[in-house]
Amino acid sequence: MSLLQVVDLHATVGETEILKGISLTVNAGEVHAIMGPNGSGKSTLAQVLAGHPAYTVTSGTVTLDGADLLDLEPEERAHAGVFLAFQYPVEIPGVTNAYFLRMAYNEVRKARGLEELDPIDFYDLLEEKLKVVRWGPEVMERAVNFGFSGGEKKRNEILQMAVLEPRLAILDETDSGLDIDAMRIVADGVNQLRRPDHATILVTHYQRLLDYIVPDFVHVLADGRIVKSGGKELAHELEARGYEWLTGVPEAAVA
Amino acid sequence: MTTATRPARSPNEPLVPFAELVAEGARAGAPAWLATFRRGSAERFTAVGLPTSKDEDWRFTPVQGLARENLGVVRRPAPVAPEALKPFLLGSERGALVVVIDGRFEASLSHLPVLPTGARIMSLAAAITEGIPEVEAHLGRYATPDVTPFAALNGAVFADGLFLHLAAGIAIELPIQVLHVSTGAVPVVAPRSLLLVGRGASVTVVESFASVGGTTGFTNGVTEIVLGRNARCEHLRVQREGAEAWHIGLTEVSQERDSHYRSFTLALGAKLSRHDLRARLGAENVETLLYGLYLGRNEQLHDNHTAIFHDQPHCNSWEVYKGVLTDRSHAVFNGKVIVQPVAQKTDAKQTNRNLLLSETARVDTKPQLEIFADDVKCTHGATVGKMDEQQRYYLKTRGIAGRVAEGVLIWAFTAEVLAEVTDPGIRETLEKLVRAELETMIG
Repeated sequence: MSLLQVVDLHATVGETEILKGISLTVNAGEVHAIMGPNGSGKSTLAQVLAGHPAYTVTSGTVTLDGADLLDLEPEERAHAGVFLAFQYPVEIPGVTNAYFLRMAYNEVRKARGLEELDPIDFYDLLEEKLKVVRWGPEVMERAVNFGFSGGEKKRNEILQMAVLEPRLAILDETDSGLDIDAMRIVADGVNQLRRPDHATILVTHYQRLLDYIVPDFVHVLADGRIVKSGGKELAHELEARGYEWLTGVPEAAVA
Repeated sequence: MTTATRPARSPNEPLVPFAELVAEGARAGAPAWLATFRRGSAERFTAVGLPTSKDEDWRFTPVQGLARENLGVVRRPAPVAPEALKPFLLGSERGALVVVIDGRFEASLSHLPVLPTGARIMSLAAAITEGIPEVEAHLGRYATPDVTPFAALNGAVFADGLFLHLAAGIAIELPIQVLHVSTGAVPVVAPRSLLLVGRGASVTVVESFASVGGTTGFTNGVTEIVLGRNARCEHLRVQREGAEAWHIGLTEVSQERDSHYRSFTLALGAKLSRHDLRARLGAENVETLLYGLYLGRNEQLHDNHTAIFHDQPHCNSWEVYKGVLTDRSHAVFNGKVIVQPVAQKTDAKQTNRNLLLSETARVDTKPQLEIFADDVKCTHGATVGKMDEQQRYYLKTRGIAGRVAEGVLIWAFTAEVLAEVTDPGIRETLEKLVRAELETMIG
């Protein structure tokens, strides 16, 4: 059974249809890159999988490990193992990273019928996870994303992902706005978290990230549909030729 | 405890007890300048009386009940033990602590450390008796009797409070605490403080208002703050009076060139609280930052009126007030920003955000921008509503929903202004206080 199965997915925001029939199969252990010009529906796909309330799924099915995903609330999807790394992570003043991570970790454990971790045991776990993003413990006392630089916010998303160990990680333009050092750290983090029983979907506009996280499959989205799928070499072709040969729309017009 | 009750007053002659008090105040022995000020204040109060709902500035804040409810009761104040003050102390124990019981400085409970030459922290009554010239030069010059009826009442009857005077260049490292305790024993607790921060001097002052030994009382305080050139003052005001108390306060700030005033007010207690915070930006390049937080439950009413007078060019003011309300509580916010024609290049931003946790809680918020200069940047925004949907969704995607998420979102809403308290120790204490209060509110 495939880990994620998306079949003919249509979604709208308000009156506008953004996803116009997406089908995608992701198996455990795989990394899929979703590429495409701005406005192609990449981020919508990521948000629809996470359960953003602004989008309405009008038809199609999505299953995770064979179970229907679309009927679940966002938090239930998180409990089932879906994780979305936000393009614009949200600031939560007054709540320390340490507190937030333990709360999220324990909410997921509770939902799975597991025992909660006390602060001391959790701190041990956290120490390990901090290494993934090469951070010291001081970041744990800062409020979640509050006053963080763009790069720090993205690193914080990867840290959350490391702690929650999702079955399916969706990274929504995690590379945007990152300098090369920050991108290396983020990419290294994602690579360290690759496991045979997990899968990753990378949503990105640029091929740059894929030099560091090598995908098994690349899909090109245009106007709400997957117009081409291929191996990692497709990303290089896009880098060289742009999107126009696939979308029929000049880059500038859709940017 | 012995209780002596005055004869009951008829509700249609509510001003009688006030008039008595005011007359007593005007007669009290005082230096000539002070006697004149008291008389002028008494006359003003007698002329205007308590505000009614017809006064625009008091439309939502009914204070007529004051005369009936609180003035009849006079009992012997019980001595206040030092331990009773502990829950209300903020910041370092090494810093100055000025304790004012029912409007009078209490030396035995206060702690006045050795100060650098040119710095004075003392009882205002003592400063008047000593004839310190700065007191005469400044007292009552800013919070004049015509600002509000309660300023006039305070001017007529005030007894004591803090006198702070920092000569040029003096920086007081540790926050100075002024703890106003109301025991509910006297009709009007009328503390008055005068803070003079000299050229280039800097200080943090924390004024706390608390009830000990009872939950009733009427506090009517006035604080005047004068900042010299390039002076800095962080001013925290924490109101934690008893559930049946009336609390009225006026803070009047006057700022010289290049000065920096930062205020944080927290209103938690009292059944009715009203704070007027007025800052006059009387010279160029002044910065004024006003942060406020109020939490209301049961039938509480918290009223914040702020007024920022941009009298000169190139000044910045930044204001964020937030409130969380539940049950049948009510909040009033009125934010005046007045930009004079000469005050070009003014940069003023005002925000008032309210979170309502029940259907019956209510907010009346009114920004009031009067801009007479044309080259300025002035914005305002007021919201009344529910939680931040972005934050809620973010928490959900991390598996956090329901009541746990609710608690986090409300806390985050308040934490954003609490983060503006500079002193880490005080900030932490206030955070705990707010957290505990929120837990009571959301049950």
